[in-house]
Amino acid sequence: MAEQTFDAIVVGSGISGGWAAKELTEKGLKVLMLERGRNIEHIKDYVNANKEAWDFPHRGRKTQEMIKDYPVLNRDYPLNETNLDYWVNEKESPYTEVKRYDWFRGYHVGGRSLMWGRQSYRWSDFDFEANAKDGIAVDWPVRYKDIAPWYDYVEKFAGISGNRDGLVQLPDGQFLPPMDMTCVEKDASKRLKEYYKGARQMIIGRTANLTVAHEGRTNCQFRNKCWLGCPFGAYFSTQSSTLPAAQKTGNLTLRPWSIVTKVLYDKDKKRATGVEVLDAENNQTYVYKAKIIFLNASTFNTSWILMNSATDIWPDGLGSSSGELGHNIMDHHLGVGAGGRVEGYEDRYYYGRRANGIYIPRFRNLFGDKRDYLRGFGYQGGASREGYRHEVAEMSIGAAYKDALTEPGSWTMGIMGFGEIIPDHANKITLDKNKKDKWGLPVLSFDAELKENELKMRKDMQEDAKEMLEAMGVKDINGYDANGIQGRGIHEMGTARMGADPKTSVVNKNNQVWDAPNVFVTDGSFMTSAACVNPSLTYMAFTARAADFAVSELKKQNL
Amino acid sequence: MNRREAISSVTLLLGGTLLGAEAFLSGCKNPAADASLSFSATDISFLNEVAETILPATSSPGAKEAKVGDFMTVIVKDCYEAKDQTIFKEGMNKLQEACKKASGKSFMDATPEQRHDLLVALDKEQKEYQSKKKPEDPTHYFRMMKELTLWGYFTSEIGATKALRYVAVPGKYEGCIPYKKGDKAWAT
Repeated sequence: MAEQTFDAIVVGSGISGGWAAKELTEKGLKVLMLERGRNIEHIKDYVNANKEAWDFPHRGRKTQEMIKDYPVLNRDYPLNETNLDYWVNEKESPYTEVKRYDWFRGYHVGGRSLMWGRQSYRWSDFDFEANAKDGIAVDWPVRYKDIAPWYDYVEKFAGISGNRDGLVQLPDGQFLPPMDMTCVEKDASKRLKEYYKGARQMIIGRTANLTVAHEGRTNCQFRNKCWLGCPFGAYFSTQSSTLPAAQKTGNLTLRPWSIVTKVLYDKDKKRATGVEVLDAENNQTYVYKAKIIFLNASTFNTSWILMNSATDIWPDGLGSSSGELGHNIMDHHLGVGAGGRVEGYEDRYYYGRRANGIYIPRFRNLFGDKRDYLRGFGYQGGASREGYRHEVAEMSIGAAYKDALTEPGSWTMGIMGFGEIIPDHANKITLDKNKKDKWGLPVLSFDAELKENELKMRKDMQEDAKEMLEAMGVKDINGYDANGIQGRGIHEMGTARMGADPKTSVVNKNNQVWDAPNVFVTDGSFMTSAACVNPSLTYMAFTARAADFAVSELKKQNL
Repeated sequence: MNRREAISSVTLLLGGTLLGAEAFLSGCKNPAADASLSFSATDISFLNEVAETILPATSSPGAKEAKVGDFMTVIVKDCYEAKDQTIFKEGMNKLQEACKKASGKSFMDATPEQRHDLLVALDKEQKEYQSKKKPEDPTHYFRMMKELTLWGYFTSEIGATKALRYVAVPGKYEGCIPYKKGDKAWAT
């Protein structure tokens, strides 16, 4: 068994793993970053990034063969021809569903930082205090004031475009210039504010796309092809941002094809000593030693590693002493909203393809509003003009029809809700030792669903959407509820929650596993509640904070 | 369609206005594609003429020049479910029969005017059928052909750059600018 020693090991190379590697290497630590999948090199390996729609034989759509090979991905929009290689091979890496759970994964260097939606919002104290106020789950051991400086820190590097809107429930950040709204969105925003007397707002989305050149990266070119990988490096990803920063230090070793099977644990010192790696290509086992270990393998896979570690001491794995490891799965429930047509504005249009939309921040159960469910939701959406797909009355075939289709159609506007899922011990993952993946490793079994609180909330999510669109002047409004399923938000959170008490939580306020303080969990696994905003920016902030803490503890010889 | 497009897409929910791909957005409950399905060169020529009749050459090239017939066969073969493949293939024969009945000629021998009138009639037929059909009923074959024609043409290089406007690298975004009647729509 080959063995090598580093100062720190980072497991995973997605959004949080990339940040951990950057921060630790910049602080002088020799870091090994392990990634279970293949390498994808910035720009060079974005093989479809410069293709046009007509370069794809099926113009981007899924084929029956793809549907057969990717039955999970097929459940929603991600199954497509243009970036198929960025999604996990489902045959090699299956999982078990006691209840349906849509798990959309990316196993490669960069993880889902390559395909993410890039919407970046801060939490507020309404979110950090929510569990305590509602008396559910456990309280967050941190508050906004603890995290705010770290939001500042990561935003300055990542580059988040947005407008300073001055909203208490959605704190402003260190923004690059905001993107434009369309004419219809601008007026709709004004009407919404007037109708609800300022209690509801529609703002431009805050997104990790650069509106000006930043940190040596080119500004967004408005191609709206982000999820193919950006040859301009114009949105935040591991490849465009944190990985080059880490590599620049000369302190980083990146090892793809490295499946971490367990954290090695010294029960006398009560510390982790390293990790065991199964090489995904040659099936050999390797051991790497380090003083500190960051688990950023993605929500669920981080818990999978913990469940497989130190089982001679804790049968359910490292971090399981609280009984909470694997529990409290959360996501954002979506697929519910409304849309319609906008009359007029025929003399208005736009230039460029904006990889962003509008955002309506949470207004329910805030500022004196009280519903028959807890928490709330926000909306994403936008208004645009129909392209060639619009129907042309009384012209169905021939030259006049064709010419009519070459002009833009009417404006439409749609909004979709993103709702908070409250943590519930019953929503859980466990190891299924009867099913094995390609490498003979046990797989995860999912037993999670939307509960009463979310289902009640969805009624408001649809009705409020319709009411607000009407207030904005939208016509022919149609609401929809396309059945929320956990996982579909691709915002998986929980299973190794943070708390103030080792009896009821897996990690402490500094993201240290209670039972192994030199192991840090800073991906979505540590989330104690979910809020309703897109979570990645919060992972970045906690990761940078934990890395800073880890290095200071290391210097004090506390780890 | 990426997440952002999925989120704000209204076309999907207004019903009846999505021309392009609804035949296989419906899911995968039915048997997968029949791999033995094939189209001859004659089939492709025929489909090119059908497409050209729907979207003929005007100030911009027509569907035939954009090879929409070839495109239709690729999509039907690789993306359609078996039941939809059958409807499409049988539909090609039905279209021929309808043409013989209306003009006494095969579609390939019919004049452009005869072809146009036939497809206008078939389009009326499909619209009536589609508006009355139950969700589980199959899609009308001519609906498929028309959807594929529009989708195939306007996402082809010719359609996107000559019939519509396309800028590969816009470089900037302006959310609210004037539009005057006659200006072309943006492709994609």
